[in-house]
Amino acid sequence: MSDTTLAATRGNPALDLLRRYGIWVIALVVMLVLPKIFTSGAALTTMCLMGIMIVFSLAYNMLLGQTGMLSFGHAVYYGLGGFLAVHAMNVIAAGKLPIPLPVVPLVGGLMGLTFGFIFGAVSTRRAGTVFAMISLGLGELIASLSLILRGFFGGEEGITANRTKMLTLWGVRFGPQIEVYYLIASWCFVCMIAMYAFTRTPLGRMCNAVRDNPERAEFVGYSTQMVRFITFCISGFFAGIAGGLAAINFELMNAVNISGAQSGSVLLMAYIGGIGHFMGPVLGAVLVVLLQVFLSDITGAWMLYFGLIFIMMVMFAPGGMAGLIMLHLPLWQRGTLLQVVPAYGVMLVPALMGVAGAVALIETAHHQLVKTATEGPAMTLFGIAYTSNSMLPWIVALVLIGGGLWLGRLWGPRMAGAYSDAAHGKDLGKEVSK
Amino acid sequence: MLELVIFSTLNGVLYGMLLFLLASGLTLIFSMMGVLNFAHASFYMLGAYFGFQISQWLDFWVALFVAPVCVGLVGAAVERWGLRTVHKWGHVPELLFTFGLAFVIEEMVQMIWGKLPVDYRVPKLLDFPAFELFGTTYPAFRMFMLLISVAIFLVLLLVLTRSRIGLIIQAALTHPNMVAMLGHNVPKVFMMVFGFGSGLAGLAGVIAGPALVTQPSMAHVLGPILFVVVVFGGLGSLSGAFIASLMIGLIQTFAIAINYSIGDLLTSVGMARPVQGMLSDLWQVTVAQVGPVVPYLMLVLILIFRPTGLMGTRES
Amino acid sequence: MSHGYRTGLTALALGLGVSALALPAMAQVKIAFIDPLSGAMAPIGEHGVKHFQYMIDKINAAGGVNGQKMELLTYDNKLSPQETVIAAQKAIDAGARVLTLGNGSGAAAAMIDFVNKHNDRNPGKEVVYLNYAAVDPAFTNDKCSYWHFRWDAHSDIKMQALTSYIKTQPGIKKVYLINQDYSFGQAVRKAANEMLKAKRPDIQIVGDELHPLAKITDFAPYIAKIKASGADTVITGNWGSDIALLLKASADAGLQVNYYTYYAGGAGGPTSVKQTGLKDKVFQITEGIANINTKENFAWEEDFRKKHQNHGWWYPRVRNEMDMLAKAMNEAKSNDPKVFVEKLRGMKYKNIYGKDTYMRAEDHQFFQDIYISALTPMTGDMKFDEENTGWGWKMTATIPMAETDVPTSCKMAKPS
Repeated sequence: MSDTTLAATRGNPALDLLRRYGIWVIALVVMLVLPKIFTSGAALTTMCLMGIMIVFSLAYNMLLGQTGMLSFGHAVYYGLGGFLAVHAMNVIAAGKLPIPLPVVPLVGGLMGLTFGFIFGAVSTRRAGTVFAMISLGLGELIASLSLILRGFFGGEEGITANRTKMLTLWGVRFGPQIEVYYLIASWCFVCMIAMYAFTRTPLGRMCNAVRDNPERAEFVGYSTQMVRFITFCISGFFAGIAGGLAAINFELMNAVNISGAQSGSVLLMAYIGGIGHFMGPVLGAVLVVLLQVFLSDITGAWMLYFGLIFIMMVMFAPGGMAGLIMLHLPLWQRGTLLQVVPAYGVMLVPALMGVAGAVALIETAHHQLVKTATEGPAMTLFGIAYTSNSMLPWIVALVLIGGGLWLGRLWGPRMAGAYSDAAHGKDLGKEVSK
Repeated sequence: MLELVIFSTLNGVLYGMLLFLLASGLTLIFSMMGVLNFAHASFYMLGAYFGFQISQWLDFWVALFVAPVCVGLVGAAVERWGLRTVHKWGHVPELLFTFGLAFVIEEMVQMIWGKLPVDYRVPKLLDFPAFELFGTTYPAFRMFMLLISVAIFLVLLLVLTRSRIGLIIQAALTHPNMVAMLGHNVPKVFMMVFGFGSGLAGLAGVIAGPALVTQPSMAHVLGPILFVVVVFGGLGSLSGAFIASLMIGLIQTFAIAINYSIGDLLTSVGMARPVQGMLSDLWQVTVAQVGPVVPYLMLVLILIFRPTGLMGTRES
Repeated sequence: MSHGYRTGLTALALGLGVSALALPAMAQVKIAFIDPLSGAMAPIGEHGVKHFQYMIDKINAAGGVNGQKMELLTYDNKLSPQETVIAAQKAIDAGARVLTLGNGSGAAAAMIDFVNKHNDRNPGKEVVYLNYAAVDPAFTNDKCSYWHFRWDAHSDIKMQALTSYIKTQPGIKKVYLINQDYSFGQAVRKAANEMLKAKRPDIQIVGDELHPLAKITDFAPYIAKIKASGADTVITGNWGSDIALLLKASADAGLQVNYYTYYAGGAGGPTSVKQTGLKDKVFQITEGIANINTKENFAWEEDFRKKHQNHGWWYPRVRNEMDMLAKAMNEAKSNDPKVFVEKLRGMKYKNIYGKDTYMRAEDHQFFQDIYISALTPMTGDMKFDEENTGWGWKMTATIPMAETDVPTSCKMAKPS
C-alpha cells in the first residue's frame, strides 16, 4: 500500500502532521461545504446516496482489496442490515422507545455482523474461486428468499418507515433532507476513519499478508482462515451500517437492495475507484452513483455508456481512478508535476476528439435505430441540429474517432516520455500503481 | 401422474441439455483461462438474434450453421482485442470486463432489434407435433433441440479425448503452465477456446430462440445458473458439467411438479404449523416455489462439503 | 499510460457534464412521467410516454390549463423503488407538482410513501401522484392516500368483473390459477379464490400456482402440470415475458384451454398470441379496447395510430386521467395540487365510449365499465389490429360499472 511512501519523506513535524492528516481535514471540509454548493433536493439525495455507497464500497474493499477475497454477494449484509434498521425504526416509533434515529445504523451494523459471522463461518474456510462461488450462491439464495419471506422483507414493495416519528434530539426531526445528509456524512466520516484505522492494525496488515502469500502467513503462525473470517465479520458490520443509513435515507428497504445487482454494483464501485488504495472505493462510489443517477437523464443509451466506460477503465486503467492519481504522487513529491502538464494538455486534443466522435456515433446510431421510426430523423447533439439518416454525421463521427486514435498513438509515447522524465527513472510509480 | 412424470422428465432433460450446451463452453473458458465470463449468456442471446436475422434474410437451416460461426468470431475478437489486454492484470479485471461487455451487448441488441421480443419462428419443416401422449403433444422442434445437443455432446467428447487439439485443451485444463512450457501457443489456444465456447453458446441461442422467446432479457435469466452448473460439476470436468446440467434441469422441472410445503409435512406428521411471526411464510412455501432456488443451495452445499465440485480435481 | 489518462479524463468530464446538465427548466405546468425507460419493461414505459405526450399536445391545443401550457418531463426509474424516489426528487426540483407513474407495485408503493412524506414535510409545496397502471388493491385500501389517485381498475375490481362474467359461463368447470410470486400475483390469486367460491361454488380450482417473477425460461413443466390437472380455464395475472412464454409453451403442448389474462395485451403480447395461434382462446380484462364502435373512439384511435406507426392507444385510462386533471385544474382555477385535488375527488366524467364514470372520493379509485375481449384474426366489424399482426381484440362481454363496485377499507386522512 502506498502510505509507506508518504511516511518515507519525513521532514518538518508540522508538515508531516499535515501530510498525514491533511487529507482527512480536506475530506471533512468537502463534506461540510458540499450541500452549500449543491442545494437542490435531487443533489442532496444523490450526495446522501454517495455517502452510503462510500461506506459500503469501503467495507467491500476490506475483502477484495485488502484480503483478496472476491465476493459476489456482499449486498446480503448491506440489505439485511437495512431491513433490520427499517424494522427497528418501526418498532421504536410504535413503542415510543427512547432511541434516537442517529443510533439506528448501529442496529443495521450488528445485523450485518451477525450474518457475517454465520455465513462467514461457512464461506471463509476457503479462499479464491471457492469463496467467490459460495458468496454467489449465498447471495442468490438470500435474494430469492427475500421474495418468499414476505413477512420480514415485505415482497417487492419492501418495508417502509418514517424517520420523523422517533425521539427527537435537540429539536432535530430529520424531516428535511439536509439534516439526513449531515447524519449520513457524520456516519460516513466516522466509518471511514474506523476502516482506515483497521488497515493500520496488526490484523489489517495480516490481511494483506493473507492476500499476497497465504502459505507464508500460515508459516508465520497465523490461521489464514481466522484472518479471513474476522475480516469478513467486520466488513459485514460496516456493510450493515451502510444498509442502516440507506434505510434512513430512503425510509424504504426492498428486495432490490439485497439482489445480485446491488452486489455487482459495489464490486464495480470498488474496482473502478481502485482497490489498491484506501481512497479508491470512495472515488468509485462517487463516480458510479453519479453515473447511475444522472446518466439515464441525458441519454437513452445510458447502459451502453455505462458498459463502455467500465470496459475502458478495466482495459486501460487497471489501478482504477486512485491508481491514476497515485501514479502522479511521486511527481508531486518531487515537485515535477508541472513538467507533464504541457504533454498532457496536448493529449487532451486527441482525447476530446475520440470522446466526441464516440458520443456522436452512439447518439446518432441510437437515434437512427430507436427513434427515427417514431420521431423522424431530426436530432440535436452538442447544440448542432442534423438528421441521423444522412451520411455526413456518421463520417464526421468516424473521422473524429479515427483521428483521435491516430493522434493518440502518435503523441502517446511523447506523453509517456514526459511522465518518465518527470518521474526521473525512479521506479516508484510502478510500485505504487500496483 | 404418469404423464406428468414422463413430460417432466422430457422437459427436464431438454432444459438440462440446453444448459449443457451453454455450460460446456463456459467450463472450457472458466477452467482454462480462469475467466468468470459473465457475458457468456450474452453470446447465447447474440446467437438467437443472429439466428433470427439470418433466417429472416435466408433460411433457418443456413442460420443454424452460420450464426454460431458469427458468434464464435465475435467471441474470438473479444478475446483477442479485449480480454487479452486485461488478462495480465488478473482475474477480477477480466471478470469486470465481461461484466461491462454484457451491458454493451444487451444495449446494442436493444438498439438494433428493439426491446420487444422478435418473431423468431420454428422452421416450417419442424413445425409439427412429434408425438402425442395422454393427449399432450410434444413438438418436433424440441426433439430436434434434444438431438442437436446430444450430438454436440458426443462430438465434444470425441474431439476432446481423441484429437490432438483436444489433448492440448485437456492438458491446459489441468496444467495450464505446463502446456505453455511445452511450447504451445497458449494465447492462441485461449482465443480459439473462447471463440469456440462462444460459438457453442451461440448455437444454443439459435436453437433455443424459436422454442423460447428471443428478447433482450433472455441473457439475464440464464446468467448465474451457468456458474452453478460449471462449479457444481467441478472445474475442468466436461462430464461433471454434463451431469450437473442434467441434474439441475431435472430437479428444477420436478420441483415444479411438487406442491407440498414444509407446513404440509408438519401437518401430516401431526404437528401444528406456526402461522404467526415474521418468518411464518417459511412454512407456507411450496417446493414448486423454491424450485429455482435449489441450484444455489446445491452450489453452496457442495462447495462447503466438496470444494472441488462433483467431478473436479482442483479448486481454482 | 496514455490511454488510462484519457479514460480517466473522460470519466471526469462525463461526471461534471452530467451534474451541470441536471438543471431545472422554465415555468410551465410540468407533468413528470416516471417509469422504466430502460431494461425489460422499457417498451411499456416508452409507449406510456407517447400516450401522455399525445394528451398534453391535445390539452395545449385546446388552450392549456388556466392559460398555461402543460409540459411533459420524463424520468427513467429503472423499475426500482429507490430510483423512483430519486426521480421524483429530480422532478420536484425541476418544478413538477404532478407526478404520474404506472408500472411496478414496488415503485408505486415507494411513490405513495414518498409523496405522503414530502407533502407532510414541505407544506405549501404539495405534489400529487396520479397512478395510471399500478393495480395492487392496497393502494386504495389500507395504503390509501389523499395525494394518490388511481385510474386503472385495481386487480380486485378486474377479478370482480371477470368472475361476474364467469358466472354466466356454465361451460367453465375446472379453473387453474397461475401467477407470479409477488404481491400483485398473490392479490390476483387471493381474489380469484374468494370470488369464485362466492359466485360459482361448483367450480373446482384444480391448481393454484405461484412461480418466480421473470425468472422462468421454459413454461413447459407448468403446462404439463396444467394438462395433468384437467383444467379447462386458466386465470393469470402474468405480464411481460411470463405471459408470452406461458402461451408459447401452451401452444407447443397443444393445450386447448381458455386463458383469462390481465396483461396479454401488453407490449409483445399480441405478437406472441398470434405466433402461437391461440385463436379466440386468450382473453384480457381492460377498461377499453380499440374496437369499441363509437365515432369518437375510432377517430381517436386512427389519429394516434397514424402518428405512431400503427401502435394502438393501449391506455384509455391515460386519456381519462389527463382529461380529468385538466378539468380539475380549470374548474379550480388553479394549478396547485392543494387546490385542484378537491375537484378530482368524486369527479364525474363521461368517457370516450359515452359512458359515465367517476372517481370515488372515499379511496380515490376510478370506476368505469370493464370489458372482456378476445384476440382473434380480424373479422368484419373489427377495425384495428394489434402490433401489425392482423389480429385484434374482439369484444366478448361488457361488465357495467355498477357490478365492478368493490368496497374499500380506506380511511382517508385529509391533511389540515
